[in-house]
Amino acid sequence: MNWSRRHLLSIEELSKEEIEHILDNAFSFKEVLKRSIKKVPALRGKTVVNLFFEPSTRTLISFSLAEKHLSADSINVSTKSSSVMKGETLLDTAKNIESMKTDMVVVRHNSEGAAKFLAEHLNSNVINAGDGTHEHPTQALLDFMTIKEIYKDLKKLKVLILGDILHSRVARSLLWGFMKYKTDVTLCAPPTLMPLYLNDFNIKIEYDIDKAIKNKDVIYILRMQLERQETGLFPSLREYIKDFSLTYERFLMIKNRSIIMHPGPINRGVELDGTVADSEKSVILEQVTNGVATRMAILYLLNGGRNNE
Amino acid sequence: MTKDFKLMGEKELQSIINSMATDILKSKESLKDIVFVGIIKRGDIIAKRVANIIEQVENCKIPIGRIDINLYRDDLSIIDYHPKISSTEIQFDLNDKIVYLFDDVFFTGRTIRSAMNEIMDFGRPQKIKLYVIIDRKKRELPILPDFSGSELNIPKNKIVNVHFTEIDGIDEIILLKEEN
Repeated sequence: MNWSRRHLLSIEELSKEEIEHILDNAFSFKEVLKRSIKKVPALRGKTVVNLFFEPSTRTLISFSLAEKHLSADSINVSTKSSSVMKGETLLDTAKNIESMKTDMVVVRHNSEGAAKFLAEHLNSNVINAGDGTHEHPTQALLDFMTIKEIYKDLKKLKVLILGDILHSRVARSLLWGFMKYKTDVTLCAPPTLMPLYLNDFNIKIEYDIDKAIKNKDVIYILRMQLERQETGLFPSLREYIKDFSLTYERFLMIKNRSIIMHPGPINRGVELDGTVADSEKSVILEQVTNGVATRMAILYLLNGGRNNE
Repeated sequence: MTKDFKLMGEKELQSIINSMATDILKSKESLKDIVFVGIIKRGDIIAKRVANIIEQVENCKIPIGRIDINLYRDDLSIIDYHPKISSTEIQFDLNDKIVYLFDDVFFTGRTIRSAMNEIMDFGRPQKIKLYVIIDRKKRELPILPDFSGSELNIPKNKIVNVHFTEIDGIDEIILLKEEN
C-alpha cells in the first residue's frame, strides 16, 4: 500500500489497511532484533527527539532502542531536565529543539491532544507516545502484533479488557483498533471506572469478572492507575482486588488457549496476581519485545521517503 | 501501448541455472565451506534451484539464506515510496564461509553493495561471489558479477524482468517495452 502519513497520532485516524501495513513491516523488523548485530542503516543521518513530559521506562527505552537499531541519532528530553521546569511552553520547547535541525519528535504528555498540537506546528514527523487519557497508539499496535502472532485473525476473537478503563489511553487505542477489526470485545471494570465515551463503540460491558473472563481468547488487563485516581471511585484497593483482580483462583477458570496481556508496568497483586503474570499464558514480555519492532516499523514508515519533506 | 518482448523462455533460463551449478561444482571449493544467499525476491529462488542441482549431484546439503536489502539502500531517504520490508533469513554462521550471492538482474551494482553490507553485519565471510542471470552493463560502482548468464546492453530506462514459476507462474525473461 502507498503510505502517506507524516505523523502517528492515534489509532482512530488509521484505516485497518494502514494498521496491517505497520504490522506487516513490524514482523519483518522483528527479525533484525534476532541478529547478533541489531543495526540497520535505514535512518542513518536522521535525528529523533524523545520528548517525555511524563515518566516512562518501557516506552522510552523501546523508542530509544528502535531508533538506535535503525541507526538514527536520538536524544531524550524529560521534563525534569528541561526548561519546562522554568515555565517554557510545550510549543516553545519543541520549536527550539526543531531549530537544531531534528527530523522526528516522539512525544509523551499529560494533556490530551499534545501530539496533534505539535504535529500542526512542527515540520518534524510526530509520534504520539501517549497523550493524557486520549491514546497510546504504539502500545495498541504492539498489542495487535502480539495477538496476531498467536491468533492470526483478530476478527474471530473474543477479547476482554479488564480494569481501569476510565483512565486508560491504552484501552481507548485498543478499542479503536478492535473496532476496525470487528473484534468481539467485552469490558469489565467497576462502574465508576467505566468511561462515558463507550457509546462510540459497539462493545459489551460486564461488571461481574467471573462471568467476563469465561470463554475469552485474550484477557487484557489494564494497570490500576493509582496516580490518576480521584477519591471515591472505588471503596478500597482491597475491595477492588476482591472484585476485579485476576487472581490465581480466577486464572484457573479461564479458557485453556487464552492469553494474558498487560501494557505494564504491573501492579503485582493489584490488577493481577504475580503468578498469573509469570504463567505460560502470559505474553507480557513478548509484548515488550514486539514494542521495539513495532516502533522500528513506525519510525521507518514515517521517515523513510521523500514524501516526508 | 505496451507490449512486452520475451528475451528468454523456460529452456534458456533453466540452462543458465544449470551453468551456475556447473560453474560452482568446477570451482574446487569444499562444499562444506559454501553457503548460498539469495536477494529477495527472485535471487532466493535462483539460490534454491542451483542448490537443488548441486545437492542431487553431490548428495550434500547447502545452507540457503535470503536477504531483503531495502533497509540498506543508499536511496532510502530520497525515494518516493516505502518499500515493504521482508524478513532476512540467515540461520547459519557466515564466518569464514564462501558466500554465493544470487540475484536476477545486475544493473547499477547498488543492490549488491547493499547486500554485501548486510551480509557483513551477519559475519565475516572468507569470500563473497556474485551470480546473476543477466548483467545489464550499467554499473555505477566498482562491482562485477563472478558469473552472469547473459549480458544485455540496453538503455537505462528500459525495464528487464526475470519471472519464475514459483512466484510468477512462468519461467521467462522479458523486456518491458514501455519506457520508465
